Amino acid sequence: MSIFVNKNTRVIVQGITGKEGQFHTRQCLAYGTQVVGGVTPGKGAQNMDGVPVFNTVREAVRETGADAAMIFVPPAFCADAIMEGADAGLSLIVAITEGVPVMDMLKVKNFLATKKGCRLIGPNCPGIITPGECKIGIMPGAIHQPGGPVGVVSRSGTLTYEVVDQLTKLGIGQTTCVGIGGDPVNGTNFIDVLTAFENDPETEGIVMVGEIGGNAEEEAAAFIKKHMTKPVVGFIAGLTAPPGRRMGHAGAIISGGSGTGQAKIEAFKENGIHVCENLGLIGQVSKEAFGL
Amino acid sequence: MKIHEYQAKELFRQYAVPVPDGAAAGSVEEAVAIAGRLGYPAVVKAQIHAGGRGKGGGVKLVRSENEAKGAAATILGMTLITHQTGPEGKVVRKLLVEAGQNIAEELYLSLLVDRETASIVIVACREGGMDIEEVAARSPEKIIKVRVNPLAGLQSYHLRELAFGLGLAGNAMKSLAGLVKNLYRLFVDNDCSLVEINPLILTPEEILIALDAKVDLDSNALFRHPALLAYRDLNEEDPLEVEASKFNLNYINLDGNVGNIVNGAGLAMATMDIIKQAGAQPANFMDVGGGATAEMVENGLRLILKDDKVKAVLINIFGGILRCDVFAEGVVNAAKAIGITVPIVVRMEGTNVDEGKRILTASGMNLTSAVDLRDAAAKIAAAVA
Repeated sequence: MSIFVNKNTRVIVQGITGKEGQFHTRQCLAYGTQVVGGVTPGKGAQNMDGVPVFNTVREAVRETGADAAMIFVPPAFCADAIMEGADAGLSLIVAITEGVPVMDMLKVKNFLATKKGCRLIGPNCPGIITPGECKIGIMPGAIHQPGGPVGVVSRSGTLTYEVVDQLTKLGIGQTTCVGIGGDPVNGTNFIDVLTAFENDPETEGIVMVGEIGGNAEEEAAAFIKKHMTKPVVGFIAGLTAPPGRRMGHAGAIISGGSGTGQAKIEAFKENGIHVCENLGLIGQVSKEAFGL
Repeated sequence: MKIHEYQAKELFRQYAVPVPDGAAAGSVEEAVAIAGRLGYPAVVKAQIHAGGRGKGGGVKLVRSENEAKGAAATILGMTLITHQTGPEGKVVRKLLVEAGQNIAEELYLSLLVDRETASIVIVACREGGMDIEEVAARSPEKIIKVRVNPLAGLQSYHLRELAFGLGLAGNAMKSLAGLVKNLYRLFVDNDCSLVEINPLILTPEEILIALDAKVDLDSNALFRHPALLAYRDLNEEDPLEVEASKFNLNYINLDGNVGNIVNGAGLAMATMDIIKQAGAQPANFMDVGGGATAEMVENGLRLILKDDKVKAVLINIFGGILRCDVFAEGVVNAAKAIGITVPIVVRMEGTNVDEGKRILTASGMNLTSAVDLRDAAAKIAAAVA
């Protein structure tokens, strides 16, 4: 089992003919993802390595039966691409694009609230992977190990790779790894993913990777105590980050004394989460916490 | 992106949000001329990207030409230290000179993005002129919060909730409604991330005027506001950070002695943390982007080595698809081209890791490879011990 994506997921790529879109479409195909089509307005009827390209998402969905999309369009057009996908009936949209204006995301988020059954992951994220079955994103497939039993959810890209790499090197596989993205307003949050992992019979433990800024980790911690039976290992990046500065991710900022790493770690501890304070040990801490 | 108070007030004027008469000055003469035109009393205000200017001595009420001259001469060029500038303070290069106002009461008003509810929140408080976080901590019931769905936009009931919540009536209520409507339009039109007025003053005639103005803009949206780009003030930014932005490097200068170059923001923060846990201090935050190349690392290394406090550098690259042999060659070439003067520890993950390590060791340069994060932290701590 897995969450959100599996070997039956049929994916289209919005922005498939751009440099990034082409490169990562090839990587996903090589991993075994069913990439069934692409969308680039004005390039319909062409193909990319045999993958048919369409002018609109609606057409791509009609012709290919796709249920998911991976978005690589530039930030100015990302909100439009997400809403197009949602309107065309996709159930999962993974937006990799970095740099989407917050005002655009406010509109997208409220628009998606009217589209039941459509989940957005990202933007500004590495994507989602169910090892051995389906990779929708830019993460290196080879570091993952299929079969579970650990689920991973994170606001960061390469930091997630680090966590996954340590798990795999200890012989611990992953059910699904979800990068929810580093923007202040995103589609899927920690609680959405934790809920799905709690309901997934093959996930036995979850590693949650947070960072400074906002209070998504605090809310997730309260949720875990109240609703989850599975053990969770938590890590927070940015304990040494100065206040008032944006640490690369648009959402990673301590403002007005809120969103500090210390507060998040306290919330983790108070709510029974296994806290790992040293990234170099996260594989080991997970192994012990999950009894693997 | 942060902008100055005088720039924020230019935006306010464009949106008919009432502000005191006034203008910006770059010299004492200009400041005195503006004050003369406005009449006395007038106010001379330091323009820096930080709050707490009044307490730091950067705001002065002047009642004559002599006083205006004295205040302008004192403030212009001074290094203003406030709770937001850090101990090094900021040099004042510009003044805002405004007409003095009759103040019956000081209120607080701000608009910001609420990330958790994906809405625009309007925050208001009858007690303004002080630190709003202190008020919120002391008496949270005095803070009025109204959430606006950005798809539906601002409605009349939002304005009623604000006005009745603040206990305003009559002219003051009307004044508030007009001001908030215009401010909301300004916020959305310009992709703001924060608009804050503290204090928002109520005059004896029951008119609200923005005595102060703080506007933060969403950097990701500047591509559609070319006119706002002119508001960027490079003097307010760290020179190394300005240079880094030219190379698309996410860089923040810090106090420590261990420089670090990392791909990805989360991993970069975690790398800073691990440097500290090993007993050393990070000299910077640097994210060269998820798909790191040797060229970007070279740019990063060049920049970091300009910083005299850096005594060692940790390069932490989790490539995944990265070929470590190619990357290692790039690092060696960069080290040779730059002429490195401090020890460098390189931790990289990707394909051909062993060949990459061999290249680093065989280079004859002061390059050490680390097997994993813990090893990297221990080696970097030893290098600066």
